[in-house]
Amino acid sequence: MTAIITVRIQEADFDAAREIAALTKGRTDIGAVVSFSGICRGNDDGASIAALTLEHYPGMAEAEIMRHAHEAMARWPLNGLTIIHRVGRITPGENIVLVVTASSHRQAAFHAAEFLMDYLKTSAPFWKREESGAGTSWVEARAHDDAAAARWTKS
Amino acid sequence: MKLKYFAWVRERVGLSEETVEPPAGVHTIGDLIAWLSGRGESYAHAFERPKVIRAAIDHVHVRPDAAITGAREIAFFPPMTGG
Repeated sequence: MTAIITVRIQEADFDAAREIAALTKGRTDIGAVVSFSGICRGNDDGASIAALTLEHYPGMAEAEIMRHAHEAMARWPLNGLTIIHRVGRITPGENIVLVVTASSHRQAAFHAAEFLMDYLKTSAPFWKREESGAGTSWVEARAHDDAAAARWTKS
Repeated sequence: MKLKYFAWVRERVGLSEETVEPPAGVHTIGDLIAWLSGRGESYAHAFERPKVIRAAIDHVHVRPDAAITGAREIAFFPPMTGG
């Protein structure tokens, strides 16, 4: 069966279990599914967070995620993948992002999910603004996220 | 060409998008940043640390030395913090 790529950017919440079921429904070639959910924390380095607001670049965000989805498909034998990224205001405990990868065997599914998350963090055009008791501020990019993405470019 | 600004670049410039006609001599993203920086205090503030600013031409990430010839839409934004 052909591999199915689903990419969605939406304000609404998602249900990880439903997305996994949709990806695997009616298929007998999938032997492994890995799912990663990114969830809004209530604190960052000890500072309390009331909410995050996610801004994105419509058009480029979808294109950039799709580029990396196709790269993942080319690098690993995947049977399908689903990527959902929420935008707008998100409060602690709520979902932010979902990556689901499906393959015949677990290794490809694990690797592809990690690869996609590393690139979502560093090259998909999304920006987080944090609300706390002290006001609002843009979240700073982290060097360790760049390092995590860079390791995939080494052969 | 259309310019778009996101996150704190958008806030500092005070616009989310605009259409500009850069003068002759503005060939690259770096040139464009330098030209924009001279358009007023808000632009100077937004682009005061040009090394931090990321750019995209027609939805594709580019480096400061990228040529802007033929670009329809150029976006400027801070390092990304999604995921």
